[in-house]
Amino acid sequence: MTNAPLLELDNLSTHYVSAQGTRVVRAVDEVSLRLYPGETLGIVGESGSGKSTLALTILRVLPPAARIVSGRMLFEGEDLVTKSDDEMRQVRGKRIAMILQDPMASLNPLFSIGDQVGEPIRVHEGASRASAWERACNLLKAVRIPSPETRLTQFPHEMSGGMRQRIVGAIGIACEPRLLIADEPTTSLDLTIQAQYLKLLGDLQREHGLALIFITHNLGIVAKMCDQLAVMYAGRVVESGPVSRVFNAPAHPYTKALLNSIPRMGDPDQRLTAIDGQPPDLSVLPPGCSFAPRCPQVMPRCRDVAPPPFAPEEGRVARCWLAEPVAASPELRIASGVV
Amino acid sequence: MSTPADVIRLPSPPPRFAAFRGIRFRFGDFPLIPIVILGVIALVAIFANQLAPHNPEVGTLTARFKPPFWLGGGTTEYLLGTDQLGRDVLSRLIFGARVSMVVGITAVMFAGMLGTTLGILSGYLGGWVDQVIMRLTDAWLALPALVFAIFLAAIVGPSMWNIVMILGAVYWTRYARVIRGEVLSLKEREFVRLAIVAGCSKRTIMLRHILPNVINSAIVIATLMLGVVIIAEASLSFLGVGVPPPEPAWGLMLSDGKQGLMVGYWWLTVFPGTCIVLMVLSANVLGDWLRVKLDPQLRQL
Repeated sequence: MTNAPLLELDNLSTHYVSAQGTRVVRAVDEVSLRLYPGETLGIVGESGSGKSTLALTILRVLPPAARIVSGRMLFEGEDLVTKSDDEMRQVRGKRIAMILQDPMASLNPLFSIGDQVGEPIRVHEGASRASAWERACNLLKAVRIPSPETRLTQFPHEMSGGMRQRIVGAIGIACEPRLLIADEPTTSLDLTIQAQYLKLLGDLQREHGLALIFITHNLGIVAKMCDQLAVMYAGRVVESGPVSRVFNAPAHPYTKALLNSIPRMGDPDQRLTAIDGQPPDLSVLPPGCSFAPRCPQVMPRCRDVAPPPFAPEEGRVARCWLAEPVAASPELRIASGVV
Repeated sequence: MSTPADVIRLPSPPPRFAAFRGIRFRFGDFPLIPIVILGVIALVAIFANQLAPHNPEVGTLTARFKPPFWLGGGTTEYLLGTDQLGRDVLSRLIFGARVSMVVGITAVMFAGMLGTTLGILSGYLGGWVDQVIMRLTDAWLALPALVFAIFLAAIVGPSMWNIVMILGAVYWTRYARVIRGEVLSLKEREFVRLAIVAGCSKRTIMLRHILPNVINSAIVIATLMLGVVIIAEASLSFLGVGVPPPEPAWGLMLSDGKQGLMVGYWWLTVFPGTCIVLMVLSANVLGDWLRVKLDPQLRQL
């Protein structure tokens, strides 16, 4: 890679701390990821695996109980963790934008579409209302909304779900951010609209050179949309790497299990495979690997010592003892205190 | 169908305040009578100078205690009779409407601004700000409103504008409570999150995203409060700590006329009393209707 990463997360941890400080939920734990300009990163995982918290951490819009306890987030070379709240506000919406989980409810029912799409432009660039409207008109055109001139004056309740979603997308790209985070943007849509919207996001990404972080449950979407994949389990990234290579040869048993649980077409006798057990309680994690209790390939030491990130191949990372490079094992064992 | 890409005819932005959009004012349940009554009182208050046949503050002592014109001894010069100082009751009622209207509306608005501001701050900022404002509200609500108002009036002295400030300072809590509750649910809505994620400041979010969404509730409370405030003003005037004597306020007229009631001068109290009842009742009916109309749960889209 010749160019520098756009976003580099280094050992990032976000914990939720209860009011008395007695319970700590490790929602995001020691996450390290890299994203290069124009790339798409898919983050997958079960509900409660910390995907959304990771997204909120990047924008520093966490709920009051959450703390970023360690790590760095380098965005275009600047560490977002140490920025002041005012400096963060300059980043949000302008350089990093986000599409929320429920775009259907993301629009203020009392403002016209023109005002809402133009809002980030007015906030960040101090544009006048009229010029923000003009830009909003072009943005609506960019997200393929027919007759944008009339749509500008309308209100959210006059739009269909798919249109509202595209409008939220238009708000996202209003200030031409370098990075767009989409947190399950298609869960509330039906399949045909989903496909249209994904295509639109892909087009926007290409036209504007956006980097995209795509948070989803849907591995099919990841296969279609993403260059890089990060699988999260219990707050940790258990495996990451280029999508095609991870899909072809998953290194972590959890990734394998996820891929096996996708139903396949054309085999009526096949039963759906599910992963046995429940995701762990993030406040009382087992001492070793957090997937050990459910892992089909569990080994004795998995229960005692959490595996460090290994690199099974160039550009890939897996947190599993199975991925331990044989040659490197003695030193790593000493380093992690096993022996 | 398609418009050429280079010719964009932009419509001018519509008025931003859109709280009343999408509400159908059906004729069937329209509170016509209360609106007519309030409208008449408002018109009378505005044109009091032109309508009143006599000076409301200067009487003719030779013409004291004249009954209304349809009774024996009454004249058409004093249509609703005269009081103990020979002042025309009708003229005093007409100017009294002005006092009630001005005090009612401005006190409700003052209380509304104070309460809405504090309610939004309390609900949106949360934390210690919320604690301070809500404990203050609790303390305020624990005091009997009228006694508290009398206490304040005794300190600052009677005058119409003092009454406005006092009533505003006494009744803001009702707004603060309701608005805070609304803000608590609004701030969890996705559009507020989107605004945060888009980099809006807290001030922008409170002014542009929260305030327009609570205006409906504030308007409903205001109409319901109008009756309360008018009664409170009349009570204070009746008790002698409201609008000071030469000025014609309905509560003051009741107070002045109460001795006359024992000897049969009923017109001194019945007419101002009727005016207060009609105005308060109309305000309440209108407030109820607005509450139903503006309640998004009951509103049909």
